[in-house]
Amino acid sequence: MVVNYVWLIPLFPLLGFLITGLLNRKLSKGLTGIVACGSIAASFVVSLLIFLHENSTHAIVNVPLFDWITSGTFKAGFSFLVDPLSALFLMIITGVGFLIHVYSTGYMHDDDGFRRFFSYLNLFIFFMLLLVLGNNYLIMFVGWEGVGLCSYLLIGFWFKNTSYNNAAKKAFIMNRIGDLGFLLGILLIFTTFGSITYKDVFAQASGFGANNPTIIAITLLLFIGAIGKSAQIPLYTWLPDAMAGPTPVSALIHAATMVTAGIYMIARSNVLYSLAPVSMEVVAGIGLFTAIFGATIGIFQNDIKKVLAYSTVSQLGYMFLGLGVGAYSGAVFHVATHAFFKALLFLGSGSVIHAMSGEQDIRKMGGLKKHLPITHITFLIGTIAISGIPPFAGFFSKDEILAHAFAHNNFFWILGLVGSLMTCFYMFRLYFLTFHGKFRGTHEQEHHLHESPSSMTIPLMVLAVLAMVGGFMGVPDALMRNSHWLSGFLSPVLGLSFTGLSESKELSLMIISVALLVVVIGLAHVVYVKRGQLPAEEGAEISPLQKVVYNKYYVDEIYEMLITKPLNMISSIFDRIIESKFIDGIVNGVGTMVNKASGGLRLMQTGHIGFYLFAMVLSIVLMLFVKFF
Amino acid sequence: MNNVINGVPLNYYILLSAILFTIGVLGVLFRRNAIIIFMCIELMLNAVNLLLVAFSRYLSDSSGQVFVFFIMAVAAAEVAVGLAILTMIYRNTKSSDIDVLNKLKW
Repeated sequence: MVVNYVWLIPLFPLLGFLITGLLNRKLSKGLTGIVACGSIAASFVVSLLIFLHENSTHAIVNVPLFDWITSGTFKAGFSFLVDPLSALFLMIITGVGFLIHVYSTGYMHDDDGFRRFFSYLNLFIFFMLLLVLGNNYLIMFVGWEGVGLCSYLLIGFWFKNTSYNNAAKKAFIMNRIGDLGFLLGILLIFTTFGSITYKDVFAQASGFGANNPTIIAITLLLFIGAIGKSAQIPLYTWLPDAMAGPTPVSALIHAATMVTAGIYMIARSNVLYSLAPVSMEVVAGIGLFTAIFGATIGIFQNDIKKVLAYSTVSQLGYMFLGLGVGAYSGAVFHVATHAFFKALLFLGSGSVIHAMSGEQDIRKMGGLKKHLPITHITFLIGTIAISGIPPFAGFFSKDEILAHAFAHNNFFWILGLVGSLMTCFYMFRLYFLTFHGKFRGTHEQEHHLHESPSSMTIPLMVLAVLAMVGGFMGVPDALMRNSHWLSGFLSPVLGLSFTGLSESKELSLMIISVALLVVVIGLAHVVYVKRGQLPAEEGAEISPLQKVVYNKYYVDEIYEMLITKPLNMISSIFDRIIESKFIDGIVNGVGTMVNKASGGLRLMQTGHIGFYLFAMVLSIVLMLFVKFF
Repeated sequence: MNNVINGVPLNYYILLSAILFTIGVLGVLFRRNAIIIFMCIELMLNAVNLLLVAFSRYLSDSSGQVFVFFIMAVAAAEVAVGLAILTMIYRNTKSSDIDVLNKLKW
């Protein structure tokens, strides 16, 4: 049975990592690319076979490999779980991962760290696969930490630049905060259920009944982990900074795969969350707030990658909104479509940056339509897909989440719609400013403009096709009966979810949102193409509100003031007083005391044999005295 | 002869041995001539030997006498080494006074 060979899937990238990482310079660039891409392609083939198998059987199969930790009652087997949910994630990770690997061979071609880049990328895929394949929370945690490590390594890939290193450290530390919550959640799961295997935990959880405080605590702790990894408020600030890494990294790790680990984890634990409506409410609230918050910042950013980064934060917010209102399969659906169109947009922006010789400011672009025809078309497709215009991918997944939000609470739907309108606006703003109008860069840059090599454009085209048709895996009942393949596919794991809305109501919601989206696109067109308005230059006079949003609500500065500065102050106080006075005092004091005492005792050694004999006799007498009296 | 020895009470042996031992200790403490100190150490050893033999006889247990033979053998070896050292000291310092040997100190 093909499922028993599931261990091959993470094995290939691990081998790829070892080969490219250990041989390094001994391997030619071409060979490195072949090994790295080939290992992911091999994983993809196995994943595809497993996916097809799952599609026909919907089986939930446990594949034990070996006993990992056995200590008292604690058991953690190194086992993989193959079910529709993990099969879908396998497809996303290896599929999109493979395309991005191919793209990277073109994008990173002239970089000195070419081989190092691919070894990190392969290692990342390995850990990500471990994360989704594990059959217990501990393996998930191993993958979780592993992808965090790779994220750190790749954000700080150009380690000669201090600000990039700082961005890498920021991502690592902020993730650590979330990871602590996740770890505590796992420990609480173990103390409550006596096991960390999904199967045992979920089987026992239903016996606890709804609104059990322990379950609420567990779900909230797990959610803290998800907040860190999936960049939700208040731990989202690392993601925009993570754009310091090479663009394929932003596409793979910080858009398509790693940041969706939090969604995977909650979808995987859906049994627990369904028992804790309070936690669901929290998840939905934070998701919705992040979705709008990220979108507002996105409107005023001028760095092409920063816009996409805030858009990712915002889209992840939608996924959490979906999870929070019980649309588990809707959220996973959005993960899939988002992986397609966001990877496409990031790779497209990479192609633009490549052509602009490293320029990322959209105020210096414009009119790239005729120079980069393939990038232009694919980017446009991505933009339409993310905006949610039917029949492109984003429409179906976002609509499903919004319909569930409407059924849950009308107010959620309105806010969600506002966020999606803003998404549409900033994406078209980005598109118009980049590809339309006149070129605003230097003459030298204009001369250099060129379409990217085919190793970069082919992945773009494949992703564009996926972004166009990806949505058809989940066509809502309101449009076509019984064609929601995805929710049926995932139902063994996530259960079936219904909005409970009438079809006509759902249909009217769709029409409202699409109509408003078209209006917003028209607005963006008028502002940025017809009137040719440009974002304000650096330092120009802008209204206070605009300034606040442009500066990302000063969140980084607030964190700096509220957390970093006081912490630094406290640690410097500890350094100056506790450390140097108390700790050093004790350590040095012991040394000084021994030194002084021995300096005194040394004088006892006079060299007079008579004295020694006397001391000896006296000591023997004393010993006898102590013994007998 | 046997009767004479048996006639002496154990206390006398203990007393004699204690006196000999004390003389040895005091000699070690108060004399400065290395040879005399050496002889005092022998005196202490023999005080103990005497005590061992006396108790051995008194308790009719011959292991005490076996100990004495061991002590004698070891003492003989020790004397051989000790006297050799003393000879070397005398050759180097032209004296057998222990206070001359005070170089090994702090």
